[in-house]
Amino acid sequence: MANEAKLTSPTRAINESPLDLNLRKRHRIIEQVIQAFLFASGVISIFTTIGIVVYLGREALLFFASPEADLLEFLTGTKWQPHLGIFGILPLLNATLMTTTIAMLVALPLGLCVAIFLSEYASDRIRGLVKPILEIIAGIPTVVLGFFAIYTMTPFLRGLLGKDVVQIYNTASAGIVMGILILPLISSMVEDALSAVPRSLREGAFAVGATRFEVATQIVVPAALSGISAAIILGISRAIGEAMIVAIAAGAGPNLTWNPFQPAETMTGHIVRISSGDLSYASIDYNSLFAIALMLFFITLFLNLLSQRIITRFREVYE
Amino acid sequence: MTIHENYPGTEDRSRFTEDIRRFEFQTNLPLRHRIGIIWRLVLLVSVIAGIIALSVLLISIINDSFGYAAIEYKVHPSSLSLNGRPLNELSCSEIVLLLEDHLTANRLRQLESENPFSTRSLEDCHETAIFEISKPKAVVTWSLFYSLKYSRELKIYVAQKYPDADLVFQNWLNSDFIRSPQSSDPLRTGILTAIMGSIYVIGIVIVVAFPVGIAAAIYLEEYSSRSFLHKIIQTNINNLAGVPSIIYGMLGLALFVRALEPLTSGAIFGLSDSTTANGRTILSAGLTLALLVLPVIIINAQEAIRAVPNSLRQASYGMGATKWQTVWHHVLPNAIPGILTGTILSVSRAFGETAPLVVVGASTYITFNPESIFSKFTTIPIQIYQWTARPQDVYKNIAAAAIIVLLVLLLTLNATAIILRNRLSRRLI
Repeated sequence: MANEAKLTSPTRAINESPLDLNLRKRHRIIEQVIQAFLFASGVISIFTTIGIVVYLGREALLFFASPEADLLEFLTGTKWQPHLGIFGILPLLNATLMTTTIAMLVALPLGLCVAIFLSEYASDRIRGLVKPILEIIAGIPTVVLGFFAIYTMTPFLRGLLGKDVVQIYNTASAGIVMGILILPLISSMVEDALSAVPRSLREGAFAVGATRFEVATQIVVPAALSGISAAIILGISRAIGEAMIVAIAAGAGPNLTWNPFQPAETMTGHIVRISSGDLSYASIDYNSLFAIALMLFFITLFLNLLSQRIITRFREVYE
Repeated sequence: MTIHENYPGTEDRSRFTEDIRRFEFQTNLPLRHRIGIIWRLVLLVSVIAGIIALSVLLISIINDSFGYAAIEYKVHPSSLSLNGRPLNELSCSEIVLLLEDHLTANRLRQLESENPFSTRSLEDCHETAIFEISKPKAVVTWSLFYSLKYSRELKIYVAQKYPDADLVFQNWLNSDFIRSPQSSDPLRTGILTAIMGSIYVIGIVIVVAFPVGIAAAIYLEEYSSRSFLHKIIQTNINNLAGVPSIIYGMLGLALFVRALEPLTSGAIFGLSDSTTANGRTILSAGLTLALLVLPVIIINAQEAIRAVPNSLRQASYGMGATKWQTVWHHVLPNAIPGILTGTILSVSRAFGETAPLVVVGASTYITFNPESIFSKFTTIPIQIYQWTARPQDVYKNIAAAAIIVLLVLLLTLNATAIILRNRLSRRLI
């Protein structure tokens, strides 16, 4: 059969083919058009980044070029009062750091514990039960968590600590609920890092008589430390950029305070509040939002890059 | 046989015994096990804490969606009558007479133009009469558990404190709420406008982000050589996935709402909506969210494409297929279940996004459903945000009801993703 095919010359085979097959390589323009479209789609992501930097940068430049604002005051000023022309980002930044810290205080220990439990202790059945629950929490829209913060967490805190201590709007309840939001992110990333540690390490430790807990904390966690720190940094970045929970529950109005039970507006919360009102495009208020957004972008970008770098550079490679 | 042979490098026997004593294998063991058990409990407790957090969240939302409300009327509905006959015995045409007695001619004409009385159902006429003449207003509302536990005390309390008010058990999530458009009256308002807005916006997100996302993933996985450009695009996509959503909102505001206003307001097509005439449209919102979910879609699709075995591609090339034929007929059909799951999950993320849409300029108050992609918009999360931000009691209940609608829709989306994945993967492999 194969020999027969070889004997007839290719062109004759084509001409005599009863199916009228043309086996010659055709020049296909459509292939190139498709490839161009695919390439363009790939490049869109680069344009998105450029767009963010250019548009945010341009409006932010307009802000810094205006007589009311200068960069030094923006970075070091302790008051943010746009109607008086005072633009110091510290109150907003401080509130952001406070909600983020509170969120991490909740999410980090809980997330680590959940991850260690899932990866080192839980049976397959329990894991199959707990993981979907974490995924559900991760999928809840943040506006719903904002509702939860203001109508459930805040009354709870006020009942616990007294209504004089805890204001209606406060960074504590926003931070705690944000911690619940970040918990699944941290636990799933840490669990991935823990499960990537090879079994042989665990078995070696068991063989010299370590208990399960000692294996988890002294062998597995140190071996997965790079993944864990990447997860923590990503969690911080997510908390800094989170907007709706703080916009609803943390309070309206910049306030430089260290008291977590006082209202204070974060950077994201300020952007949401100001842009939900009627905003004139020519005003300095409008431009100042872009200055805040640009700062937010660079902070989160730095944290994301750091997290990726930790993963690639400090990963322990076994085998 | 001496111990030194089993323990090379330590000829000094005393040091070995010292090591043993230091570890205290014997005496220490119960303590170590106890520590293990205690920590095991701590770990378990933190898992339970997570589960409790979710349960409390869901329960508190249900708790606020139902419950007693004290409702005050300007004119009590039971005192409404025409020629001595009470309201619920009247026909629609008689109700119109009643309305003529109580309302200004202007308001009546307005109602007529919204929906002529001749075409309204009896139920609708009744409702209109009650809302227009009696003007019910919820003074105080109570949550479900409180209502159930203290129903007797509440009746006494309301009778004393609000003698004119009726104590009514309200189901805030009723069918009227889902079917009616937004209204300034909290007892009449509905979520339909927002549901329609969400569907329009998500439609644009799917139309834009799905093809572009898959195309980018195909390019990165199948076409691009592992060059410098590939590396840049890949790093860039990973970074974009971590950019806060509100930044995308700012980009959308500067790019789609302002710079591309003629396009997004529909002016260049001559289609611009007379009520808006600026770029704060459904199209802007959809494009903004499309940019937001694009990186996630690309990353998911890449993973799905990478999971297709190489032998399939080689078999296809071996048969003389071109690159695109291989991708279209062999790689994509096998990767599509994974791609679809990832896409639907990211679309459901876009469904719940609020902050970027607030920044892009969602309308605070619109009472009509969107007509085209150039209309003003509001979405369910935006409505929840606006109702949550209001101080009155009653808006809390409405927001809770809207949250249930949102969560049910999200659950449907995710369930679709799972069903779709199961069906497609069974057929194709």
